[in-house]
Amino acid sequence: MNRHLISAEDLSRDDVVLILDTAEELASVADRPIKKLPTLRGRTVVNLFFEDSTRTRISFEAAAKRLSADVINFSAKGSSVAKGESLKDTALTLEAMGADAVVIRHSASGAPHRLAGWVRGSVVNAGDGTHEHPTQALLDAFTIRRRLRGHGQTGQALDGVRVTIAGDVLHGRVARSNVLLLSTLGAQVTLVAPPTLMPLAVGSWPCGVSYDLDSELPKSDVVMMLRVQQERMSAAYFPSVREYRRRYGLDAARMARLPDDAIVMHPGPMNRGVEIAADVADSPRSTIVEQVANGVTVRMAVLYLLLGGAELPAVTQ
Amino acid sequence: MSAASWLIRGATLAGGDPGDIAVSGGVITEIGAHLDAHGAQVLDADGLIALPGLVDLHTHLREPGREDAETVETGTAAAALGGYTAVHAMANTEPVADTAGVVEQVWRLGKAAGHADVQPVGAVTVGLNGQHLAELGAMADSAAHVRVFSDDGKCVADPLLMRRALEYVKAFNGVIAQHAQDPRLTEGAQLNEGEMSGRLGLAGWPAVAEEGIVARDCLLAAHVGSALHICHVSTAGSVEIIRWAKSKGWPVTAEVTPHHLLLTDELAAGYDPVFKVNPPLRTGADVTELRQALADGTIDAVATDHAPHPVEAKETEWAEAAWGMTGLETALRVVHQAMVKTGLLDWQGVADRMSYRPARIGRLTHHGTPPVAGAAANLTLYDPAAPAEAVSPSGASKSRNTPFAGMELPGRVVATFLRGTPTVLDGKLIRA
Repeated sequence: MNRHLISAEDLSRDDVVLILDTAEELASVADRPIKKLPTLRGRTVVNLFFEDSTRTRISFEAAAKRLSADVINFSAKGSSVAKGESLKDTALTLEAMGADAVVIRHSASGAPHRLAGWVRGSVVNAGDGTHEHPTQALLDAFTIRRRLRGHGQTGQALDGVRVTIAGDVLHGRVARSNVLLLSTLGAQVTLVAPPTLMPLAVGSWPCGVSYDLDSELPKSDVVMMLRVQQERMSAAYFPSVREYRRRYGLDAARMARLPDDAIVMHPGPMNRGVEIAADVADSPRSTIVEQVANGVTVRMAVLYLLLGGAELPAVTQ
Repeated sequence: MSAASWLIRGATLAGGDPGDIAVSGGVITEIGAHLDAHGAQVLDADGLIALPGLVDLHTHLREPGREDAETVETGTAAAALGGYTAVHAMANTEPVADTAGVVEQVWRLGKAAGHADVQPVGAVTVGLNGQHLAELGAMADSAAHVRVFSDDGKCVADPLLMRRALEYVKAFNGVIAQHAQDPRLTEGAQLNEGEMSGRLGLAGWPAVAEEGIVARDCLLAAHVGSALHICHVSTAGSVEIIRWAKSKGWPVTAEVTPHHLLLTDELAAGYDPVFKVNPPLRTGADVTELRQALADGTIDAVATDHAPHPVEAKETEWAEAAWGMTGLETALRVVHQAMVKTGLLDWQGVADRMSYRPARIGRLTHHGTPPVAGAAANLTLYDPAAPAEAVSPSGASKSRNTPFAGMELPGRVVATFLRGTPTVLDGKLIRA
């Protein structure tokens, strides 16, 4: 594996399977009374969040702490960044403090690439602009594997699994990372969105493209709904939230078109009543809460593998 | 060094036969074989090509206002090192060159620097705001004698204002140089809209945003019978429209930058903003078409769009970074690589696209003239056989944002003469 995790594109099939298998081993930690391993003791993980994202930040924080790393949370608000400090100077500051890993969330696509040029530690992309969110894709892959193949399974990829991803693909970093990662694992991915919310050259991506959710649902083992920001409406991406819901929202009637074992995913935060109806989000098919729990486990695996912690005690084979 | 007499021995005149060029009193006095030195300083130019001094239609010298990025002094030094004897200084300074006062200031700074002639470009609209016409006549009548007007950096997007500007400058043989970019179609745009922008998650700058304005302005120029110049053409579609407009005999000219002749949007893959430029780097297919258009004359000129920026403006996230790249010192070598080595243009063609035609478009009378006896001695001596060397900033420009850094380019500018006086000898700047 690379020193950094910046794009799902950087991961080979073996890399991904290794991360998922490591996560599977680490999953047992969450079930223990003392949810902590000593593997990253003495290592420092900085959560560098230029964008508000409490969910992702606490997920990384929990992951690092369960591995006994020291965690420093750096939020851009009210910090030197708000006073005009550049990303480079922030990076040099963290470098001077001896960060072993920097988890970065930033509104600019490519910010983690830039950061990786300025720090010695590992850079983990926790979402950059409209580019990527690779740990989200990893936790989604982990969730799919656990649901479809069973808990405790290792060594397997996702060959032949049919995944439909519906929502704002153009601005969606989750869609981009999932297309790359899931196709690496052998899944057949289809993107569904209004044409305005698809990148112009989406035809060159390793996935299918459709504008019609209804026709894709019966062919899906997994349907993943992405958040649609209501402000997109003002830029004429779609006429109204009502129309979006009518054409691309997943409600109970649409969910009934899915095969019996198909699952419904959402990376959160949800717009209940827009891209996903409440009774769908709360149905037994929904993996939304599991995804949150799996997020911590998968991020533990990523930090563990990147920082090359000590052998996993008790969970090594 | 005074404008003494020089005898340039054995240079090849833009692809012709080797010969000697005698220079005295600022003009070429004689061209021929085995001329007598008559006490003049002799420059051995064996194997070198003598080109008419290069003329740049599109230079950002940044002064007044952004002297941290470039000054007239440092920018023209870089120009001389690149073989240029005249540059057009774009109007997007701080304050904007939208009054006779500012253009005269830039013109005077150019005179004082002495490395190359500086011809100021005037803004089309006050403050480049696209609202009210600047006092174009006052700038034309000023000591700076402005003939090219441009809001470069911004598009004159309002069709009525563009029409009026085109019409108005007819009174003094002016030309409007348009930065073709539909502002609505490029809100937040970062990179050519296509496979790369989709992959990198950078907001797309679609080709149609340029082509729509190019088409509109060609039609306007035809309608009012006034001269239009298209800055930094970057797409195959724009080429097609300009070719069509020219086939109609319409008064349209166009330029292309060296970087659009050599680089593509694939270079953005690492998010290094040194490759961030406006209009953005396009695809390989666009590059091919631009080269062809420059070769067949559809595109008239190479113009650098030399856009210096301080280090901190580029050491950022892509979206935060400033637009633009330097280009004066590398332009001729890039054209050598992209056009001459590919067989698309000979050295006579290079002289035409980098000196004759840009001087004509810029209404410069003392530049861009063929090197014949009696003509102003503006000359560039270029060594086409110099081994390809990796580009590194020379330090002449205040800025180092060259996209060609580390790239091997052929050739070397050996000497530049401005009215008979060397500004560069042996590839080094001669301090006046």
